[in-house]
Order: sequence, then C-alpha cells, then structure tokens
Amino acid sequence: MSISSKIVDDFVANGVEFITTVPCKQLAGVIEEVEARPEIFHIPSNKEDEGMGLCAGAFMGGKRPAIIMQNTAIGVTINTLATLTQYYRMPLPMLISYRGELREPVACQVEMAVHTKALLNQLNIPTYHFHQESDADELDAILKYTFMCNKPVAILTDASFWGGYGDQ
Amino acid sequence: MIRSEILREIAPILRDQLVVCNIGLPSQELHMIDDQPSNFYMLGTMGLSSSIGLGLALSQDKTVISIDGDGSVLTNLGTLPTIANNVADNFILLIIDNGSYGSTGDQPTYAGKKTKLEAVASACGCENVVTCQDVDTGKVLQAAIDSKKMTIIVSKCDSGNIKLPVITMDPVEIRARFMTAVTS
Repeated sequence: MSISSKIVDDFVANGVEFITTVPCKQLAGVIEEVEARPEIFHIPSNKEDEGMGLCAGAFMGGKRPAIIMQNTAIGVTINTLATLTQYYRMPLPMLISYRGELREPVACQVEMAVHTKALLNQLNIPTYHFHQESDADELDAILKYTFMCNKPVAILTDASFWGGYGDQ
Repeated sequence: MIRSEILREIAPILRDQLVVCNIGLPSQELHMIDDQPSNFYMLGTMGLSSSIGLGLALSQDKTVISIDGDGSVLTNLGTLPTIANNVADNFILLIIDNGSYGSTGDQPTYAGKKTKLEAVASACGCENVVTCQDVDTGKVLQAAIDSKKMTIIVSKCDSGNIKLPVITMDPVEIRARFMTAVTS
C-alpha cells in the first residue's frame, strides 16, 4: 500500500470527513488520495487561513476536519491559529510538508524551514516530525490525541519521508 | 442607514438561523441588539466569517448566514471562488458594504471606490448575487432564505458606528453554546 493511501486510511478511520488542502509538490499523492475517497469532502483552499476558517465551521457543524498544507503556511496562519483554532479550542490535525529540509533543491524553502519548528513551539502546538516511512505508524495515535485535546497539532513530513524529489 | 440599524432591523430574521458574525463592531452590535446561542461571534481573525460559515453550511443542513463587511471580504478575497465552486444551498453571505473599515475608524475601503464586490463575486462564479440598498436588506435576506439557493447579498449602506461595549463572553462558551444550537 502506498504511504498516501495509508495516511488517508488513518484519517478515515478516525472519522475525518472534511479536508481542505493547499497544494505542495510533496503532497500531490496524498491530495490525490483525499480527492478520490468518497468518505471525505475535499475542499481546496486558496490560502491556508481561509482553510482553517472552513475547518472551524466544519467542526462546529459536527464534522472532524483536517488541513493539508506546506510549512510556509505557518507564516500565513499564526493569527488564525492563535485567535480562532486555539482561542475557541478546536481540534485541527495539520499534515504539513516540511520543505527546506535535507534533499531540498530550492534554497528559498530553507528560509521558512529554519523558522518552522520555532514558530510551532512558540505557539505551543504539539509537533511531530515524520522523517522515515515507519514514522507514519504514529499517525493514528496523533489523530486520536488531536481530537482528545481539541488543539491544532502539526505533523511535519520532510522530503526523506516522501522518498526525496526524484531527479532534479 | 448604518450597519447597526440594518442589524436591528434584520434581528428578527436572524434569530431563527445560524449566524456567523464578523469580528469587531458587527459582532458587538449583534450581541447587544439580540444575543442568541445561535450566533457565533468572531473575536479574532478578520476575514474568515464567510469561510467559517461555508464550512458550517457544508457540514450540516440548517441555514447559515455569514455576516461580513466589505473590508473583511477584501481581506479574504480568495473566499469567493471557494464559495462559488462549493455550492451549499443552505448558505447565505450577507456583505454589509459601507465602503469603510468601520471597526478601525472608518478608513475608506477599495469597495467604496472603484471595486464592486458584487461584480467580483459574479466573476468568481457565484450564481445568485443580489445587490440591495440598506432599507431592503430584510426583504432580500428573507427571500434568500426562502429560495433555498446559495446567495451572496451585497447591502449598500452608510458608514458610521455606535458606541458599545466589547464582548466579554469566553470564546469556548460562545463556541459550545453555538454547537448546541447547531444540533438542537
């Protein structure tokens, strides 16, 4: 089974029915899988803070939400995370491509990578880092934890986890 | 009419619906005029009223009215294509367009100049876009509810504010009682 299928299986098994996405090259496979699943309402966002608004509404409407986005989005969403998701105490699993790590070909991506964990730490957001494929074995437990504590939780997935970028 | 006068007039219509209300003075005004458990007051995140409302409308069957402002829609302009492409016939976006950032001191917005939000909404693919004058807001809103079609209303009114207190209710309480109203 592909890693993308396994990830989306875990979302479905945990009752996640509403997923918003902002694309990233690393996330293409998982986004395709989300789109393909009848159990999930997939709603692409134009910007990640918009997506977090959609997720807040879905949660209040009785659906478990999730967002899939790139780590640069942390720079876009700090206010929303603090004054919506955290302030109203809502759960939000965030599956994040961790660009700018080892094997990254685009230098500019490193500029946000060096801030990513520091910003998540500053926001007191529980953060997990998937570096190799077996790390995803924890996803089921992470999702249960997220909906237990009603917090945004970050799952950083780096290039090594996704098997690199192929030929660059 | 100014925004608070519109809210006062449409309060009897809003009372029976799920309402997501924009940050700042709009929420404070609605809270003062007719506080209801079915009102979700935004205390932060300018611009996301329409996104929260759409997510809510797509996730359950009751009618959802997002009250937004021209300035807030401009802040989150990407919301209009998302709304247009994910039709929820139980969703109404009411944009109270007074051409100014009311909560911050009535600085002019571009919607009060060359930009027409109704034209932007249509260009984004929204199908039922209704422009009205302030005095007709109640009639247009009721018609939108009755139509059971996703509708974007742009209500043109004067800028101006009234003095009123901030909302001191705890956000978790706002959210919890709202979620009870959603399921009741």
